[in-house]
Amino acid sequence: MPADTTPTTDPLAGVANTPGVKKPDAILVGSSITRQFGGLKAVDVEHVEIQRGVITALIGPNGAGKTTLFNLLTGFDAPDTGEWSFNGQSLQKVPAYKVARRGMVRTFQLTKVLSRLTVIENMRLGATGQRGERFWSAPFRALWSGQEDSITERADELLARFKLDAKREDFAGSLSGGQRKLLEMARSLMVDPELIMLDEPMAGVNPALKQSLLGHVKSLRDEGRTVLFVEHDMDMVRDISDWVIVMAQGKIVAEGTPDQVMSDQAVIDAYLGAHHDTDITELDETELEQATEAELDQEA
Amino acid sequence: MDFGSILSAALSSALGPQAIVFALAAIGLNIHFGYTGLLNFGQAGFMAVGAYGLAVTVVTYDQSFWLGVVVALVAPVVLALVLGVPTLRLRADYLAIATIATAEILRLVFGAVETREVFGGSNGLTGFAKTFQDLNPYSGPLDLGIIRFRPDDLWSLTVGWILVALGCLFVWLLMRSPWGRVLRSIREDEDAVRSLGKNVFAYKMQALILGGVFGGLAGLFFAVKQASVVPSDYSTNITFYAYTALLIGGAARVLGPVVGAMIFWFLMAGIGAFFSQATAGSDPLIPTWAMSDIQASLVRLILVGLGLMLLMIYRPQGIFGDRKELAIDAR
Repeated sequence: MPADTTPTTDPLAGVANTPGVKKPDAILVGSSITRQFGGLKAVDVEHVEIQRGVITALIGPNGAGKTTLFNLLTGFDAPDTGEWSFNGQSLQKVPAYKVARRGMVRTFQLTKVLSRLTVIENMRLGATGQRGERFWSAPFRALWSGQEDSITERADELLARFKLDAKREDFAGSLSGGQRKLLEMARSLMVDPELIMLDEPMAGVNPALKQSLLGHVKSLRDEGRTVLFVEHDMDMVRDISDWVIVMAQGKIVAEGTPDQVMSDQAVIDAYLGAHHDTDITELDETELEQATEAELDQEA
Repeated sequence: MDFGSILSAALSSALGPQAIVFALAAIGLNIHFGYTGLLNFGQAGFMAVGAYGLAVTVVTYDQSFWLGVVVALVAPVVLALVLGVPTLRLRADYLAIATIATAEILRLVFGAVETREVFGGSNGLTGFAKTFQDLNPYSGPLDLGIIRFRPDDLWSLTVGWILVALGCLFVWLLMRSPWGRVLRSIREDEDAVRSLGKNVFAYKMQALILGGVFGGLAGLFFAVKQASVVPSDYSTNITFYAYTALLIGGAARVLGPVVGAMIFWFLMAGIGAFFSQATAGSDPLIPTWAMSDIQASLVRLILVGLGLMLLMIYRPQGIFGDRKELAIDAR
């Protein structure tokens, strides 16, 4: 790999762009993970490693098994075979809530805010190790009010950072789609995760909010967290990810830096579409029409 | 037509032991359904194990009344564990099916000929409430002009309303705490709660047990105030009356089930008294071709049902609920 295009501080410098390649400092390692739904092998991953402290994108066409892999890794679904570990500790048969407590928190493709709780209550729920969440200490406010205050303080800081402080007392169900994504991300930070897994953070977010969401995702890495996200928005993938893993039909078919992956002709044609690199407005419309007509004629 | 006596009947029901039983049962359902979103259709079963826990301990096994009270409060915990372990991991509707079936099984077992030695068959058990009646400090009746309570009723009411008040206080303390916040979050979306590191199953179990204990308390009080347990008292419609009371008052509100139970019995007794008067005598207000006095006692159920429908249409949040909150899409 040429040294002039890659900064020497890049932890992924020198890592080959082959599927399932070993990373210098992997936070999450999985091997031979499979999950079968009836006759369909939704996930069939031979080996995958996620580098610590960088942003890794997981891309692939619909039905490639990205979300299923997320569910398997976070304990929301159990794989048929395979083993995977987080920070060197096996996560096999570990229930989802314990996976989260170990520092690996995920968000959902269909945003899961707690609609009839206020925004600040949503945030407070995220904090772990709350004394007031134990049944026998819950009735006695004195036992948990101090901790609750510090949790609220932390929640307010995060709300301010995610620009949701004006919505503090509103029901989460009254937020817009983009605000819900922000709230879900902010709430998962209340758990203080080492690895944060975002399932399509840009889905349903208006373009104005996208830029700020991008900034928030980058800031997660800048404060030392590892980010793994599933996304269809190729601009976002190119903009912020340090490493890209491409899945198709349950398998990992390519890996590499965004540039490497996006110049991989097989990936482009199969998963991104032949015109992925051009802005749609730059294309000559008449040329496109002719091409389409020609295709239609051929079929007819 | 004597409106004084109609009002009297309605008020003494609204303040009487019936309302207490349903208030306690509905407080339990409020924890299950209102706060946690668990669809328990078997509250009658929890009430039955509470009532029979006392009666069987005292009558069949000849133990003390107080041990019976302990058994009555432990039995619903056991029932909740037995029900919850297999069903709480599944989707909400399975719990509804399992609980309604369990309540029916319990009622049939308690009333069966084969278990007569222990549970007294369809006649049930009596003669276990003497300790409670002996503690009665009242000697004269309470006369409030329009309503009158006999000394033994007055004693039941005192104990019952204190229980209801303590129950409400306890629920209020719990639901303002982070523990209550986890329950309400589970009602909204349990996967989200799981993703934040909370053991959802354990919380659902705690909620099922706590609400079940309130059901057991309702059954215990029911048994003590009428000094007998009969299996037919714990049929499924008890559960649905309690749900009605809860929805009238407003789910997920501390006082909702209590006020709901009072309104429910006020209407049931008031409408019942009105129609029994309107169809009584040789020249009834409602002519006999329209309604006989036998039909009158059933018409109140029709009207209460109609009232519930109107409530769901025009005030779906109940008395205490917040319509805006209810209007929010659950997802």
